[in-house]
Amino acid sequence: MSAALLSLNGVHTHIGAYHILHGVDLQVARGQLTMLLGRNGAGKTTTLRTIMGLWHASKGRIMFDGQDITAWDTPNIAGLNVAYVPENMGIFSDLTVKENMLLAARKASRTNDMDDARLKWIFTLFPPVEKFWNHPAGKLSGGQKQMLAVARAIVEPRTLLIVDEPSKGLAPAIINNMIDAFAQLKATGTTILLVEQNINFAKRLGDNVAVMDNGQVVHAGAMQELAEDEALQKSLLGLAI
Amino acid sequence: MKFDFDWKPLALVPVLALGVLPFIGSPSTWLTLTVAGLAMGMIIFIIASGLTLVFGLMDVLNFGHGVFIALGAFVATTVLGLMGDWTGSPDLWRNLVAIFPAMLVAMAVSGALGLAFERFIVRPVYGQHLKQILITMGGMIIGEELIKVIWGPAQIALPLPEGLRGAVLMGDAAIEKYRLLAVVVGLIVFALLAWVLSRTKIGLLIRAGVQDREMVESLGYRIKRLFVGVFVVGSALAGLGGVMWGLYQQNVTPQMGAQVNVLIFIVIIIGGLGSTGGALIGALLVGLMANYTGFLVPKVALFSNIALMVLILLWRPQGVYPVANR
Repeated sequence: MSAALLSLNGVHTHIGAYHILHGVDLQVARGQLTMLLGRNGAGKTTTLRTIMGLWHASKGRIMFDGQDITAWDTPNIAGLNVAYVPENMGIFSDLTVKENMLLAARKASRTNDMDDARLKWIFTLFPPVEKFWNHPAGKLSGGQKQMLAVARAIVEPRTLLIVDEPSKGLAPAIINNMIDAFAQLKATGTTILLVEQNINFAKRLGDNVAVMDNGQVVHAGAMQELAEDEALQKSLLGLAI
Repeated sequence: MKFDFDWKPLALVPVLALGVLPFIGSPSTWLTLTVAGLAMGMIIFIIASGLTLVFGLMDVLNFGHGVFIALGAFVATTVLGLMGDWTGSPDLWRNLVAIFPAMLVAMAVSGALGLAFERFIVRPVYGQHLKQILITMGGMIIGEELIKVIWGPAQIALPLPEGLRGAVLMGDAAIEKYRLLAVVVGLIVFALLAWVLSRTKIGLLIRAGVQDREMVESLGYRIKRLFVGVFVVGSALAGLGGVMWGLYQQNVTPQMGAQVNVLIFIVIIIGGLGSTGGALIGALLVGLMANYTGFLVPKVALFSNIALMVLILLWRPQGVYPVANR
């Protein structure tokens, strides 16, 4: 495993009176795709939100590229070229597809300022983004919204891409499209942290895996190792990949 | 994929206007009342546009918005008082030259107060609606008292400049000149707001922030800074609205903000909290309704707008143009 771009050490998170994360230890290797697996309620989404500063860790340390970002607020963390796609996709429904993309391109004040070559590449990854460029994002289908959410996250080169359940509720054809897109992104050297419930998705894309249960990482290692060990899968996830 | 503009709320304005025509009878009276209603609506829109964005962006219920209205109006009495030669002139252009700086100074003073209001009154109670209501109402009371300290407790006359008095005749209908000016100023403010919100990145950020402020922060933007800017602009627009309202009523009182506050909240609820387009429709409906009922059934004029709000909420419980994701 190459050096970690992001590491969480003993991270605890409280939301109101609830203690959700109980000392999460997680390493996200630079230039690789790390899958975060676990049952519902294991703390995966809370981990991502804590990394993004949307909820702050009550204890522990989060390091990103050598900097302690534990107490940083969300805009500062995003300013490190970290992009986040939440579980609900965070699409601005009243804005057009173009406007959604423009907002994510922080260096651009107008559409013309956006990187043309990168946009063309994104259009090849997600054709509906180009097709519905001037249409209200709220009118897109669930799959198209998910494509827009990921396209928006990568409209500028990112050091780390964090995505929460990109395959949730999508048709198989669109899931395959997503897998291709993440594979291409991975090939560009972008570090990716993905939360997933779809095991096939995880198996086809993941370099590394961390499995969470009860607010802790209970297993970390190579994805292939977990995929090949049926007994381990059953004990960690309650099913075989 | 078919994208239809939701024209039904927009159609309410002509439907209401044309619907009352048979009851009023005289077309000239109807035209006079309609222009008066549109003028009143435009002034209310100027005041309400900032408030609806403030609520939409940060979920802040600012019941103290009225203080900026009153302050703007009182500042105008001072500025216009100093420009007596210009307001007393029968030349329209000289009157407009006097009104323009009065508006600018009123906006600057109200905006500056808005900056302090946000910092010391609103910011400590982010996310706490009950405290927001109490403390912003308290802020408005303090503001009213400070206005009394500076300008005195009595009503002050704010007469229209000479060239804006009287009416122009359109057929048999007499249309007051000032009401035409109010419509024009309202349209200019609406056009500017629409341009900023749809054509600039700041505008996109405001619209996006109204829908999902957490996502805007995740994209790397500081929503609280944006909110301060919107609050200051909203306060300045309330100050401008105060000047317009004071000239419309031709007098100002320290309590005028609190009185207009009720109408503004009706407007932003009808429009859909956070929606500027909805606020425009709501303001025009409220302005027209107030004028029509004032003429047809004066006894119900006071609560006609509340009845209008109830009817609209029965039709669309989140207002005529609800903001997505809220």
